[in-house]
Amino acid sequence: MLHVEMRSVNKWFGDFHVLRDINLEVASGERIVICGPSGSGKSTLIRCLNRLEEHQEGDILIDGVELTRDLKKIDVVRREVGMVFQQFNLFPHLTILENCTLAPIWVKKMPKRDADDLAMHYLERVKIPEQAHKYPGQLSGGQQQRVAIARSLCMNPKIMLFDEPTSALDPEMVKEVLDTMVSLAEEGMTMLCVTHEMGFARQVADRVIFMDAGRIVEVNEPNAFFTRPQHDRTQLFLSQILH
Amino acid sequence: MTTAASSFVRTLRRAPMFRDRTNTIATVAFVAGLLYWSFRFLNWAVVNAIWALPQDAGSNLCRVAQREGACWAAIHERFRFILLGSYPFDQQWRPTVACLLFISLYAVSTLRSFWRPWLLALWIGVPGAAVLLLRGGFLGLSGVPSEFWGGLPLTFVLSTVGFSAAFPLGVALALGRLSRLPAIRVLCVAYIEVIRGVPIVTFLFMAAVMFPLFMPQSFTVDKLLRAQIAFVMVIAAYLAEVIRAGLQAVPKGQYEAAASMGLTFWPTTILITLPQALRITIPGLVNTFISIFKDTSLVAVIGLFDLLGTAKAVLVDPKWIGFAVEVYFFVACVYFVFSFAVSQYSQYLERMLTARTLH
Repeated sequence: MLHVEMRSVNKWFGDFHVLRDINLEVASGERIVICGPSGSGKSTLIRCLNRLEEHQEGDILIDGVELTRDLKKIDVVRREVGMVFQQFNLFPHLTILENCTLAPIWVKKMPKRDADDLAMHYLERVKIPEQAHKYPGQLSGGQQQRVAIARSLCMNPKIMLFDEPTSALDPEMVKEVLDTMVSLAEEGMTMLCVTHEMGFARQVADRVIFMDAGRIVEVNEPNAFFTRPQHDRTQLFLSQILH
Repeated sequence: MTTAASSFVRTLRRAPMFRDRTNTIATVAFVAGLLYWSFRFLNWAVVNAIWALPQDAGSNLCRVAQREGACWAAIHERFRFILLGSYPFDQQWRPTVACLLFISLYAVSTLRSFWRPWLLALWIGVPGAAVLLLRGGFLGLSGVPSEFWGGLPLTFVLSTVGFSAAFPLGVALALGRLSRLPAIRVLCVAYIEVIRGVPIVTFLFMAAVMFPLFMPQSFTVDKLLRAQIAFVMVIAAYLAEVIRAGLQAVPKGQYEAAASMGLTFWPTTILITLPQALRITIPGLVNTFISIFKDTSLVAVIGLFDLLGTAKAVLVDPKWIGFAVEVYFFVACVYFVFSFAVSQYSQYLERMLTARTLH
């Protein structure tokens, strides 16, 4: 069953052609890692999947629902898709627990007690249940990002998008977040992850996608991707990051 | 002994005011002038001042000593009128209680631990209770029409009720100004720019004078109410700009995080954006409130007697003509106490909000 379908997707920022003829299919349970130089359109691609960016040409289908200007369809898609940001984007004026229960209460109309139980369940999953009544400003970066993951999981999404989740973290905290993502992957969550963490890609990804200048240049399973890259551009990129 | 003295002189000479001859002379002259003026002032204000006049005596005693001593007797005899207006004498506990209610409301609002949603309810409830108390007409309290309200309670009522009522309108205008729908945006911009571009007195005048002209003869609206509505409309425009700045200062990532979880416009605005925007603009909001508090003195133009208006009324009384310095000094002290407290609070707020993250 295809969770994500992108057909001939093109996007412009004004005159700048940021996504060129993107074709991508992601099956249920697949884990995709997208890598590439900055400005290649990786973040824009995944942001189009939950309509944080609008594509001008082509079709995007999430779990069979086409993403158009129709607000109802956008709402449906956003309930199915969770997103974790590079800057965490936790709500600073709410406690950790309130951060996690906000969407279930207000979007899914869940009663507060059920939402609290759900939030505590996922906070235990990401191994920080004791932080539930603190504020985001009191947590470390790694803890905040794990809360962000728990917050997205509270909406029980079918697909999780990760936009460079560890890029803003101290090196010591990267591992705790990656471990969380690995355990998520092992449970069968469909994931699209933009990241520079190649170790993670090797461990978890079903396919690795390399993007450059708005195009998908190469797609392959991790082993082949890292040992036998087919395009020169891919080789150049890998040589620069895998020193 | 001499070593202590010489080390003292040494430290003194290092100070900027005594660095060289010019500075030293300037400092000495300035301090001398300051001492002289303070001496003269204290002489006038305290030593030679007349604090009270005998019962039913005229103000001759004060007039004779006018150059030499302040006539605080004017305040002593008229402070109740200056502070409370023409409110019936025996009922003056009511405006006093009303003033205390307002002051407690401001005091409670300064404490961070009280920054919860029910504080907003308090800003509606307490002014409402104060107005009801002033108006009376129930539970054995005699009814006192608004023509007799004056002084400090009137200043509090106009500014606090004005601020509370204008707040939701200001939020709506700020949101409207940022709306993607052109019709709403144009209307909000027009409203804000017109009101901010015209002196406040104009609106008060229109409310007091022009409004009744367009109404049928029998339909009269209480003058204080008209002035209040005019104030609300003006405050809303100023608030809208302060709040808009706050809304635009909320990081874009907050909107994105909310949107990515399926939160639509209104839940996002009320739960995520506005709480953060309002915290960011607290100094601006406090500033607006201080300005409004002092702008209420403009109602003198339409014949309402706020704190400054009652002071002027005292000076028209033949007994107290010419003692403007004493009366205005008293009123200035009252305004100053309030403004100083608020400005100190504002600085405390700034220290608190920059020292740690907002939460």
